[in-house]
Amino acid sequence: MSAVAAYFTMGGYAGFVWPAYAITAAVLGGLSVHSWRRYRASCEALARLQPPDRAPR
Amino acid sequence: MLSTLANPARFMRISGAALSWLGGASLFVLAAGLVWSLLLAPPDYQQGESVRIMFIHVPAAWMALSVYLFVSVASAVALVWRHPLAEIAAQAAAPIGAAFTLVCLATGSLWGRPMWGTWWVWDARLTSVLVLFFLYLGYIALVNAFDDTSRGARAGSLLALVGVVNLPIIKFSVDWWNTLHQPASVVRLGGPAIDVSLLIPLLVMALGFGLLFGWLLLLRMRTALNERKARALRLYGGAAAGDADGQQPVTAARAAQR
Amino acid sequence: MHAFLGLIRHDLRLAARQGGDIGLVLGFFILAVILYPFGIGPEPELLRRIAAGIIWVAALLAAVLSLDRLFASDYGDGGLDLIALSAMPLELAVLAKSAAHWLTTGLPLVVVSPVLALFVDLDPAALPALVVGLLLGTPAMSLIGAIAAALSLGARRPGVLLTLLVLPLYLPPLIFGTAAVEASLSAEGARAHLLLLAALTMAALPLAPLAAGAALRQALD
Repeated sequence: MSAVAAYFTMGGYAGFVWPAYAITAAVLGGLSVHSWRRYRASCEALARLQPPDRAPR
Repeated sequence: MLSTLANPARFMRISGAALSWLGGASLFVLAAGLVWSLLLAPPDYQQGESVRIMFIHVPAAWMALSVYLFVSVASAVALVWRHPLAEIAAQAAAPIGAAFTLVCLATGSLWGRPMWGTWWVWDARLTSVLVLFFLYLGYIALVNAFDDTSRGARAGSLLALVGVVNLPIIKFSVDWWNTLHQPASVVRLGGPAIDVSLLIPLLVMALGFGLLFGWLLLLRMRTALNERKARALRLYGGAAAGDADGQQPVTAARAAQR
Repeated sequence: MHAFLGLIRHDLRLAARQGGDIGLVLGFFILAVILYPFGIGPEPELLRRIAAGIIWVAALLAAVLSLDRLFASDYGDGGLDLIALSAMPLELAVLAKSAAHWLTTGLPLVVVSPVLALFVDLDPAALPALVVGLLLGTPAMSLIGAIAAALSLGARRPGVLLTLLVLPLYLPPLIFGTAAVEASLSAEGARAHLLLLAALTMAALPLAPLAAGAALRQALD
């Protein structure tokens, strides 16, 4: 078995280690993506309601 | 410092600059932490490679508790000093804390399975984090349970204070309960002591989680302030934007000059 | 003082007139305990091991059942506004209402518990620890429950919300109450645990009305 493949088996604990990291990435990443999307949406909604000020002529 | 951030407009300016810095820093530190956790740290002689789960589990537990303390402090500031952004900070932080709690519980379960043979272990830390999870859920549920959002915010602040006062009592009773029902062997996820070579990835991940919290907090607070301002604009028109900001918008001033 | 007792008397009279409330709480308590042997089998050995836990958990759930009515009816018909405007401080009103709640919920549970101990085969030597523990712990449950009841006034789905809020806060009395029963059967005795239960109630007596009073003011604003 190549060294890379041996690494991925995590000494037999692969079924626990990788799902642990995957769940962490999913939960924290999901929260981040959701928060970011909601933030962008709020910025756009605000920009639509408040057209950019033009300097007085 | 708190009073300089009380003005929403100034907060938006400062947090906008801090946001990208925090985002970049958390990505960098988390990446470094992952490299250390997954590649550089040696396997434990007792737990083997499964010790790598600890590099997520323990920092997540620290974050779960710290964020709850943050929510409580922000709630106290909201109730006692009526700092305008304190409630927003508390409500923005709670879901982040709940997420870390969830991560801690899930990784704790996955870590405990190969060690103790079951998918759930009632050890002191996991049990305390489980209780913390329900404290978070209660807070989030209470804040969202009222049609009047300001009532929900104030009730949530009070609940957070009640929770933080009870937290040491609950922790004490859970620890007591744990020692009462434990067999002689030390059931403590993580073993008796942590070696130095394992401490570094732990701390790096903890720092990364902390920076991630900071980024998410500012992000969610800015979102809340944007949404609040948009709501005011929709309801009351241009003048409301001045009130929400603490400064006069150019449009209202121009209208007054005509 | 007169107003304080008057409020207790008023709530008790209301509870007596409605009758069903105490009956419901007791009925639930008894049923919850009796369900366990059906669920886990009738072997006395097994039941005896978990007897204290069964009774305490059932007591907790029964206490939670009646909490959402603690302030709701007064809130709905304006009685709470009258109390807030009167000379009696809101905190004292909370104390009065918690007392009435305990008299109609906690005390009946304490009285019935020896009978229920029979059904779960509790060691008779542990009975004093059970009864005294419930006597010391149920007032704390009424007081802490009052906080949750006040916080959830006017919320959507107050009953469910209240349960979610209050159950983590009920863990300490539960743990110490059941530990007292088990300790009374061993050499160390139940004294330390019972003292802890008493301390919880003592701490809740001044603090819970403060928190619940603040929550009531938020609801009345």
